[in-house]
Amino acid sequence: MIVFENVSKYYNSHPALDKVNLKIAQGEFVFIVGQSGAGKSTLLKLLIAEDKPTEGKIFLDSEEVTAMPHKDLPLLRRRIGTVFQDFKLLTQKTAYENVAFAMEVAGRNKKEIADDVPQILQLVGLEQKARNFPRELSGGEQQRVAIARALVHQPDIIIADEPTGNLDPLNTWDVIRLLMKINELGTTIILATHDREIINTINKRVISIDKGKVVRDEEGGRYIL
Amino acid sequence: MITTFKRIVIAGFLNFWRNGWLSTATISVMMLALSMVLGLVLLSVLTESLVGNLENKIDVSVYFNPNTEEGEVLKVKNDLLALKEVKSVVYVSRDEALARFKEKHKEDTVVLQALEEIDTNPLEASLNIKAKDATDFPVVVSFLEGEQYKDLISKVNYYENKEVIARLTGIVSAIRKGGAVASAILALIALLVAFNTIRIAIYTLRNEISIMKLVGATNWFVRGPFLIAGALYGAVASIATMLVFYPFIFVLSPVFARFFPGTDLLAYFTQNFLTLWFILFVAGIVLSVAGSVIAIRKHLKI
Ligand SMILES: Nc1ncnc2c1ncn2[C@@H]1O[C@H](COP(=O)(O)OP(=O)(O)OP(=O)(O)O)[C@@H](O)[C@H]1O
Ligand SMILES: [Mg+2]
Repeated sequence: MIVFENVSKYYNSHPALDKVNLKIAQGEFVFIVGQSGAGKSTLLKLLIAEDKPTEGKIFLDSEEVTAMPHKDLPLLRRRIGTVFQDFKLLTQKTAYENVAFAMEVAGRNKKEIADDVPQILQLVGLEQKARNFPRELSGGEQQRVAIARALVHQPDIIIADEPTGNLDPLNTWDVIRLLMKINELGTTIILATHDREIINTINKRVISIDKGKVVRDEEGGRYIL
Repeated sequence: MITTFKRIVIAGFLNFWRNGWLSTATISVMMLALSMVLGLVLLSVLTESLVGNLENKIDVSVYFNPNTEEGEVLKVKNDLLALKEVKSVVYVSRDEALARFKEKHKEDTVVLQALEEIDTNPLEASLNIKAKDATDFPVVVSFLEGEQYKDLISKVNYYENKEVIARLTGIVSAIRKGGAVASAILALIALLVAFNTIRIAIYTLRNEISIMKLVGATNWFVRGPFLIAGALYGAVASIATMLVFYPFIFVLSPVFARFFPGTDLLAYFTQNFLTLWFILFVAGIVLSVAGSVIAIRKHLKI
């Protein structure tokens, strides 16, 4: 269960999030939609404590994320797999190593890594590019590495910020189907996207944000700006 | 635990290898810093041998009346050796003094002839005294001027040489002080240079650090590889510095020997090669690891 309680985030006295109240249950599939600059990425950033809200509290299960000491953040972040809007791949590591890194961090053993990483790379269609560095990959390929990294350690929650922004329609649907399948296995999925087609095709909860405020929150919602 | 440690070490070596350019740049600047450390050590060796030479030249001789028994002179010698300020005392008997005098003037027939004519040994027995510290001579001299030796001693050649001794003492302490100041400055420069290099190296990788943190790495998992890479910088830079210094010292050693007689820098360098390298090795590793720890701190706050 994820709870946002009256969360506001100001950047230079300009509100990126304004008194947001939200509840997301374990196992839900949620879309976050809104115009560019509405505050979608900000919302997700606060959840993994990349930044602190100016006001309000955020809870994950019974723990208050906003009050967590620094040393507990790694454990929080390992519970959440994040696909960052700007990918955030490690430039010094190959595609394989980037994905393996999430498992190393989580303390998985060598065998698990050797088994799971190639499998997930194949799932996103990158088995041929395992040994390439991010600078040698196309935008869409980098994005798929980022997706693989977020999934590989089987986190409780997956946060995906525009995970299909650089993908062609075919790849896009592969990724969405993959996320839905993972969701069916009990993982919470929070997906920020501009993609009208995806939202309208998949009947899931849609949270619309405008200028930092939650303006609509409906089950089986449509893409309306 | 062991797996984590292994992963950190491997990542450290990979960082070192893959950031080839950055590693090369960092190592070069580290070499500069270590050169200062090494220069400092060699400088102190040079000044110590110079100062040692000078100090050895400072002495005071006390001459005894010609009729003084040798036993009495030797007793004075023992009294002197009992003083804590005295480093050494050398007894020169009358015969020995004469022999030295003849040797010194063997080309000078006039002097030798005059000596023949006197027919007796006109020279006095003496004690040549060296102090542990040049500033201790007044104590020693006033001891010799005590009532008990008044009848034995004809002359103490301190007052004629007092000025020279004072000047030499001044030079010696000036060299020591100058050396200490130069060392302090060089050490400070080395510290700043090494630290800034490491800081820049880590700054260029700050994005990687924050990404690792956001994916859930602990501070140690992020910091570890940087420390390993830092230690490698220090190790490689220390070896490279020693190898670069060798030809320079080979060429410069004779030059130094001309200015500071009695110093053999090359011999010192080759005999103490391992010790010197170890000093640089430790200095390099401490500098870069400590620098890394400090420089990485603010990037971990995410
Ligand atoms: N670090 C920051 N410093 C200052 N302002 C920021 C910062 N991060 C975000 N903002 C501002 O906060 C607002 C919300 O940004 P956010 O990234 O959450 O938008 P978004 O909904 O994700 O947009 P997009 O769809 O373009 O990704 C924007 O006006 C942005 O300029
Ligand atoms: Mg965004």
